[in-house]
Amino acid sequence: MHGLQSMGLVGRLMAAVFAIVLLGAGMAAAQPKQGGTLNSTLWPEPPGIVIGIHLNAPTLLPSTKMFEGLLTYDFDLNPQPVLAESWEVSADGLTYTFKLRQNVKWHDGKPFTAQDVVYSLTKFIPEVHPRSAPTFKRAEVTAPDDYTVVLTLKEPYGPMLRSFDAISAPIVPRHVYDVATPIRENPANRAPIGTGPFKFGEWRSGEYIHLLRNENYWLYGRPYLDEIYYRFVPDSASRALALETGQVQLATQNDIELVDVARLKAMPHLEVTTKGWEWGAPISWLEMNLRRAPFSDVRFRKAVMHALNREFIRDSIFFGLASVPTGPIHSSSPFYTDDVPTYDYNPDKARALLDEMGLKPDGNGVRATVGLLGLPYGELWDRLSQYIRQALGEVGIGVTIETADVAGWGNRISNWDVDMSTTYLTTLSDPALGVARSYITSNQRKGVLFTNTSGYSDPEVDRLFAEAASAADEGKRRELYAKVQKIVADEVALAWLVELQWPTIHNAKLKNVVRNGLGPNDNFAEAYFEE
Amino acid sequence: MPQAGFVLQWVGKAVAVVLAITILNFFLIRLAPGDPAIVMAGEAGAADQQFLDRVREEFGLNQPLMVQLWTYLKNVLTLDLGVSYRTQRPVTEMIFERLPATLLLTGTAYVMALVVGPLLGALAAMRQRSVFDSLLMVAALVFYATPIFWVGLLLILVFSVQLGWLPPFGMHSMIPVKGAMAQMLDTLKHLVLPSTTLALFYIAVYVRLTRASMLETSSLDYVKTARAKGLPEWRVATAHILRTALIPIITFAGLQAGHLVGGAIVVETVFAWPGIGRLAFDALFQRDYNLLLGVFLVSALMVVFFNMVTDLALRIADPRIAGRN
Repeated sequence: MHGLQSMGLVGRLMAAVFAIVLLGAGMAAAQPKQGGTLNSTLWPEPPGIVIGIHLNAPTLLPSTKMFEGLLTYDFDLNPQPVLAESWEVSADGLTYTFKLRQNVKWHDGKPFTAQDVVYSLTKFIPEVHPRSAPTFKRAEVTAPDDYTVVLTLKEPYGPMLRSFDAISAPIVPRHVYDVATPIRENPANRAPIGTGPFKFGEWRSGEYIHLLRNENYWLYGRPYLDEIYYRFVPDSASRALALETGQVQLATQNDIELVDVARLKAMPHLEVTTKGWEWGAPISWLEMNLRRAPFSDVRFRKAVMHALNREFIRDSIFFGLASVPTGPIHSSSPFYTDDVPTYDYNPDKARALLDEMGLKPDGNGVRATVGLLGLPYGELWDRLSQYIRQALGEVGIGVTIETADVAGWGNRISNWDVDMSTTYLTTLSDPALGVARSYITSNQRKGVLFTNTSGYSDPEVDRLFAEAASAADEGKRRELYAKVQKIVADEVALAWLVELQWPTIHNAKLKNVVRNGLGPNDNFAEAYFEE
Repeated sequence: MPQAGFVLQWVGKAVAVVLAITILNFFLIRLAPGDPAIVMAGEAGAADQQFLDRVREEFGLNQPLMVQLWTYLKNVLTLDLGVSYRTQRPVTEMIFERLPATLLLTGTAYVMALVVGPLLGALAAMRQRSVFDSLLMVAALVFYATPIFWVGLLLILVFSVQLGWLPPFGMHSMIPVKGAMAQMLDTLKHLVLPSTTLALFYIAVYVRLTRASMLETSSLDYVKTARAKGLPEWRVATAHILRTALIPIITFAGLQAGHLVGGAIVVETVFAWPGIGRLAFDALFQRDYNLLLGVFLVSALMVVFFNMVTDLALRIADPRIAGRN
């Protein structure tokens, strides 16, 4: 006789009590703790903290804690409720109906209603949000009652349902912005009023942005944290030191040099995750100016792909914090396919292709000399330029590295005044929003950055992108994007180098930092410090 | 009142110089490729021609250059330095928000350097070729030659990370302290490492400058005469040698004072000090023309002002200079 049956009644009772105590202890550990101050690095200091008016990364981190969208997206980019508690899309894909939460208050105490959503989608975003304005200009937005919003489209628009997060469609208070003062000059831009779990506290220029717990947040008991300080620490070595010494508990994106990440990861009090960039899905590529020879010849572009060892780039330049892409769509996207032509590292194949083009090496072994304008975002990108120069040199393509600061770099690329350049771009939650822009012919617009600056043009690709954007059925869209990926990869429209995996490094006691596809741009309502 | 005439003359010159600097800066920063609209479009992550046009129109960047210059100068005369393109806040407000932090940092370092540097330099000169002199000269050479950011990081490693005595960065504690006295002490604690980092470099310069200048002066005939008269050595050193030897030190101190505004970018960066140097540095990369011109203007005014003060000080230290004019 073993086990419980062998125990007397007292023994069984004691075991039961012991089990309850254990269970209780376990529950206590899992129970998030209220309180605490989160110190995070933030660099550079943002120009403003209202999403839409500014959209750069340091703006988004603090402002996504104060402003909310109707929805957010999980790691697979499925919509999740935020200010809307439910939603419905009509079968024809033309009508979107959102039911709003009824217990939401703005930070100044005024109630949140459908009028705020109508104002945000029809006035605020079209006027100040360059990225989302085209999306919402397609819709007529009405409010049949105080807690219902209806968007009506003229034709279906595939990415619509993935456009309601706090970054793409921040909901701002109508009573604050619908006034005589222009939106950009509204005093509330320096002390924002949102619905989010954190309220604006103070912004000390050159030092920090301080956010306070919103006592009246619509989700009872949230947020857990009392306050958040976003500290501006300009030097990356100082930022790493601050994490090490526990002065700050969170750093993300480019805050820490990738070379430092492994060292920090090994420290017992720190944790590193690369999840949370599914929504942004950044891809880095080498762009060739297809208007110029020899880049206009697809064999040259294929030769470049074979000459570059992208596994080496991933491991040695990005320290493993990246993955190798197969084409224009990020592998975390629901529209991604790996069924495309691929390019292994094979310098001999590259040489053969160049020979076939008639680009024979001269006495010095050089077949052609081209320029490369590197992304001026620091050492990592300089090393990438150096590697490309060396790798292309091996197959006889001489590369002259050119340098510029951000403004000069943007100016040259947008005016097509460049041979080759490196960059990275967020491909966003839907290919119609973040991918098509770099490939479709109608988006070749001189003087405008982040358009189709390479000069790639294929009528079939244009047609497929257009059809996929306006298809209502997700399966159909997947099919169309699969075709696009095949063609574009075959034509090497761009030489895709790596999918970036920005590290979020945080103190091990800080929990629920990255909970969905928006990563550190989530609203942090659920973040807490473990005992 | 020869000094008053001197001041008037100087003010006239100063206005002309500042005007010339402003015009030169205006054109220089526009020589760099790209404009604020391009940078802002980049930061927005998406932009169209309308966006670029709107930004350019809003800030008058689509106007002819001469019109832009004229508008700017007119505004400066009314003390209106314009609005920062990037933050859309008044430039004057942004500068004055940051100026106190920089002046506190550079001013402290300046005073430390001016007190410690010449003192050590004079002692070294009086004990030429002693162990003290040799050690001091080596130390001065090391601090003069070591990059400031590296000295800063080393001090952080030792005093913040290892010993935990002083905060590694910032101007205030993470958790704000209550009470005026406690706040002052808190700022002082944060000030120690950055100001020492900056001061070490200048102390090294003053030590070498003072020592060399004193040694040179002490071999002059009038010093020999003073010694021959039987004056005690300390009196010779302070009353005879030091006064003459001060000339190059005053000149250098004057030049350095002019750079109090913009001279601490590196230290401000390493220690996350909320100063004006970093403001200018960022503005440069963002092509924030108005902000940059504003910082340049304040900086130019400081340089011109301290040059005037230096000239006055030199005339007092060595009346022959006034005579020459």
